[in-house]
Amino acid sequence: MRLDSGPDLFTLRRRPVSDKLADRGFRWLTVALASLVGLVLLGILLTVMGGSRQAISAYGLAFLTTSNWDPVGDQYGALTAIYGTIVTSALSLVIAVPLGVGTAIFLTENIIPTKLRDILALMVELLAAIPSVVLGLWAIFVMEPFLRPFLSFLYTRLGWLPVFSTDPQGPGMAPAILILVVMILPIITAIARDSLLQVPPELRQAAYGIGTTRWGAILQVILPAAVSGIAGGVMLALGRAMGETMAVTMIIGNSNNFSWSLLAPGNTISSMLANQFGEADGNQVSALMYAALVLMLLTLLVNVLAQWVVRRLSLKYT
Amino acid sequence: MTSSSPTTSASSSSQSDICLSLENVGISYGTNEAVRNVFMDIPKGQVTAFIGPSGCGKSTVLRALNRMNDLIEGCTLKGRVLFHGQDLYARDVDAVEVRRRIGMVFQKPNPFPKSIYENIAFGARINGYKGDMDELVERSLRKAAIWDETKDKLKQSGCALSGGQQQRLCIARTVAIEPEVILMDEPCSALDPISTLKIEEMIHELKKSYTIVIVTHNMQQAVRVSDMTGFFNVQAKADIDGKVGCLEEFAPTEQIFNAPSQQATQDYVSGRFG
Ligand SMILES: Nc1ncnc2c1ncn2[C@@H]1O[C@H](COP(=O)(O)OP(=O)(O)OP(=O)(O)O)[C@@H](O)[C@H]1O
Ligand SMILES: [Mg+2]
Repeated sequence: MRLDSGPDLFTLRRRPVSDKLADRGFRWLTVALASLVGLVLLGILLTVMGGSRQAISAYGLAFLTTSNWDPVGDQYGALTAIYGTIVTSALSLVIAVPLGVGTAIFLTENIIPTKLRDILALMVELLAAIPSVVLGLWAIFVMEPFLRPFLSFLYTRLGWLPVFSTDPQGPGMAPAILILVVMILPIITAIARDSLLQVPPELRQAAYGIGTTRWGAILQVILPAAVSGIAGGVMLALGRAMGETMAVTMIIGNSNNFSWSLLAPGNTISSMLANQFGEADGNQVSALMYAALVLMLLTLLVNVLAQWVVRRLSLKYT
Repeated sequence: MTSSSPTTSASSSSQSDICLSLENVGISYGTNEAVRNVFMDIPKGQVTAFIGPSGCGKSTVLRALNRMNDLIEGCTLKGRVLFHGQDLYARDVDAVEVRRRIGMVFQKPNPFPKSIYENIAFGARINGYKGDMDELVERSLRKAAIWDETKDKLKQSGCALSGGQQQRLCIARTVAIEPEVILMDEPCSALDPISTLKIEEMIHELKKSYTIVIVTHNMQQAVRVSDMTGFFNVQAKADIDGKVGCLEEFAPTEQIFNAPSQQATQDYVSGRFG
């Protein structure tokens, strides 16, 4: 008897059929949901590629390197928008990452009392809740006039640099960059704060226990331990910056005349799409689709690059 | 010995042999008082063990010895902690410097997620060590009795070691900053008997050059490794609701385990506690 029943113990015979079905069903459900994400992405990519085929054959790679956007003459080049997208998102990250990570450190490393910290953290999160159209309005009516004297100063003093070579007259790339900073700062801060809080307290103790200064512990132990989480937050922020439409459209000036200058009006791919899709037809639609494809590929490229950077960074640490 | 410490009987030690001295120390977390009225003279070059029931404030007192409590918000200290006569909590004392002189090993092994070599070199480097790093790494690992197990894989992550090896790595890391005192908070609580034995042997070795304070729940361990033993206990006090930790008795280890002067100590060491 015992010999017979031994192996049978584990054959799941006793579990009710419904239980097994639920198990299997759940597995298929998760598989289906996961594939859905991939399918949606693929669908979007195919649609955009299909839509842009006409423009790709008409303008080829010159589309990427010319800045002549002329719906009347049916000539399209997206250099201005591509330059604007890259410059606004990259520079806003350059400003927002140190600020955001710095804020996150300030909010986690008992520098100020907990109560004050919680209030500050809440305020940072509220910043993320402001609708972008409101930020856009604020940028037009408050920030840009306030900034103008500083930007003019940059022009008069550093005007010999191509990036400051035009006289600021109102909307432009510089205010767009700053409004992007305001928009992505809470994302970076919130995610960096969470990653820092997840660093095990034992690691902190280890660092302080061998006589590390607060500075040394933060820079050499705590930040490296949180770097992959922080990098994830930065990627999210970059995605937001590249794709942000409303606030940028309101303050960037929507000009397709190429200029190196950050003080001049410019354009980004997203704001160009938002502005022109309504009244576009024929080749222009296809050209806009082409621009959208470029945006998608840019995002993809940046993501792959970021994965690589994160892996390098955490390799150094482990 | 201070006259205000009635239960202390290490009358042989003179002032110069005393490494750390607690004078009427009381520690609170916010409004919650953890320990009070601790008087203790920890002799230099010896092993001092803290024993006592859970929650009586052993770790709290231990952390007060190198100002690790500074990292806990709301933790305040009354009284004085003297290190060779100098008040560790005086205004102009740098807590970072204190922790470099008085190193700490924690209950849970906590190596940095770096290579074994880097785990040792990191602390030495931030402490301004200028000599031969390879030599220091080897010397520290040897002192912590883990050189033979790690010499072929110094480039591997410290977190890939077993728990007992990690703990010895952490001890090596503390040894590498060349402190005068090493504080250990239940260093063997997560370890098997063999690793425990290795660490105890190592403590015997280390006490030739360091003063060691160790918290342990293992009576046999206290007997095996320590010269002096402090028995902490929790007592209900008239002036507050809850209980508060205090130092019941502090004496040479033999005396604590064979002829304690307090009934509570007798009960605890003979297992009749509670
Ligand atoms: N970080 C902290 N915040 C608030 N209270 C604390 C903290 N750490 C300890 N305490 C309190 O201080 C008292 C003493 O704790 P402590 O950790 O020193 O005890 P212990 O003797 O080390 O106990 P164990 O043997 O279980 O480690 C306990 O009542 C505990 O609740
Ligand atoms: Mg403890």
